[in-house]
Amino acid sequence: MAYSNKVIDHYENPRNVGSLPKEDVNVGTGLVGAPECGDVMKLQVKVNPETGVIDDAKFKTFGCGSAIASSSLATEWLKGKTVDQALAIKNTDIVAELSLPPVKIHCSVLAEDAIKAAIADYKKKQHAADAKTEEKQPQPTV
Amino acid sequence: MWAANGRRDTDVSAALEGGEREMMAIKLPIYMDYHATTPVDPRVVEAMVPYFTEHFGNAASRNHPFGWEAEEAVEKARKQVADLIGANAKEIVFTSGATESDNLAIKGVAEMYREKGNHIITAVTEHKAVIDTCKRLEKEGYRVTYLPVQKDGRISLDQLKAAISDKTILITIMAANNEIGVIQPIAEIGAIAKEKGILFHTDAVQMVGKVPFNVNDLKVDMASLSAHKLYGPKGVGALYVRRRNPRVLLAPIIDGGGHERGMRSGTLNVTGIVGFGKAAELCKQEMGTEGERLRKLRDYLNDKLHQNLDEIYINGSMDHRLPHNLNISFAYVEGESLLMGINDVAVSSGSACTSASLEPSYVLKALGAGDDLAHSSIRFGLGRWTTKEEVDYVADKLTHVVVRLREMSPLYELAKEGVDLSTMQWQTEGH
Repeated sequence: MAYSNKVIDHYENPRNVGSLPKEDVNVGTGLVGAPECGDVMKLQVKVNPETGVIDDAKFKTFGCGSAIASSSLATEWLKGKTVDQALAIKNTDIVAELSLPPVKIHCSVLAEDAIKAAIADYKKKQHAADAKTEEKQPQPTV
Repeated sequence: MWAANGRRDTDVSAALEGGEREMMAIKLPIYMDYHATTPVDPRVVEAMVPYFTEHFGNAASRNHPFGWEAEEAVEKARKQVADLIGANAKEIVFTSGATESDNLAIKGVAEMYREKGNHIITAVTEHKAVIDTCKRLEKEGYRVTYLPVQKDGRISLDQLKAAISDKTILITIMAANNEIGVIQPIAEIGAIAKEKGILFHTDAVQMVGKVPFNVNDLKVDMASLSAHKLYGPKGVGALYVRRRNPRVLLAPIIDGGGHERGMRSGTLNVTGIVGFGKAAELCKQEMGTEGERLRKLRDYLNDKLHQNLDEIYINGSMDHRLPHNLNISFAYVEGESLLMGINDVAVSSGSACTSASLEPSYVLKALGAGDDLAHSSIRFGLGRWTTKEEVDYVADKLTHVVVRLREMSPLYELAKEGVDLSTMQWQTEGH
């Protein structure tokens, strides 16, 4: 299988490999795929609570070169985007940027799933945190 | 050692970072995929050359010296191939390769012995040339039993015996597997088949020429061989067909001029057959020393990888295995990404990503190791031109890449955190 230069570059020099603290309320974690399918991606975003902008993004991927490149590229794109802008990233954008062949399109789908899962996790945590803060507010007396 | 053809010179010191610069220059890329194919030995090429231009006759031309020369060359090669497996020259049918040989053996027996029965026994780890031929026969009304294999890759003789019925006409079990190099209990299967009066075919492509293989000791009735797996040319193979005790009859699958005693029509590939013969002769002479040399190198590769890395698993039996094969799963790392990291080394992976079907190796799955380990596997095939320097290079480079990929593997991270990956809920739908 011949890889595009961009896939090779991401594989050789992956951007943003690593982990962010899972328990941080401003961090959203997405873990998608399955070992028996040959692809597992963990993608994390750290959102600035003041601005709603993604300050940091990290990934770890078990998968082929195209899967590694798709997730590496996704983290690059996520940084500096708002949560809503992040949700607008489509797998077809990744396919186009990396020139993925048809047999590797599932890698880009997985990266899109990972973004959505990370943001869903972030939102869930935020809701939970908001609910907690509300509980702590002194109840107005009537 | 002979100079390998067509390989570009690269100083290894340029390809490896620090520390390794004192190593001798080796040629890159390194070929370590000898189960896929082998280069033609220069001595074989030399034997073939005159048959392209000078002695170009048709071996079936009976009326002039051009034909006689060609026929003589074919008969010499037939003897050379027969000698390698302890057969009589008259028992060798030349074909276009082992896929055709497998087809001829299985379909030929199925048609010829239809009156006797319609049941065939094979195994799940067979080459596709056998499995798909059996699947075709199933559509035509034959019944096929696909025996499972045990964790070590070998079939169970008890399961084989239990599968035999009075309708069984053929047992076809490979001698050694092309992915994991595991050698089946061929002599025992041969004895069972003989006792029950059932014909026994074996795809012996990976084994013949590498370790001793004798059709009489093993009680084999038919054996598929291929020239390009034993340093001969591509496009030529053979089927050994027993002539005595019992005399095996085959319906041909190619009709025509009645060549090869009616079993395989078509003008003989004289040049290829000459090369096959020479290659077989060389294997017979050198197999003993070469097998030992490769076994040592293979064990050295295995030891080195085990010293450098944890959580690596050998697929299939080490006791019943070809001396030049190693198949290892590197846990938490996907096979294709591994191959990409060692792109100046030619090996194969059982990863789904290396196949169009996106299914991992059915052979490794059959061992019951789990799909995740099948995805993480690498097959090493050592051969006549493999050197210790090459093994060192491959082991060092692979170690480096596995460590790097594990650092970016979420599975490795989870495992190190103490999470049992097998109990996790994975999102498998749609991928």
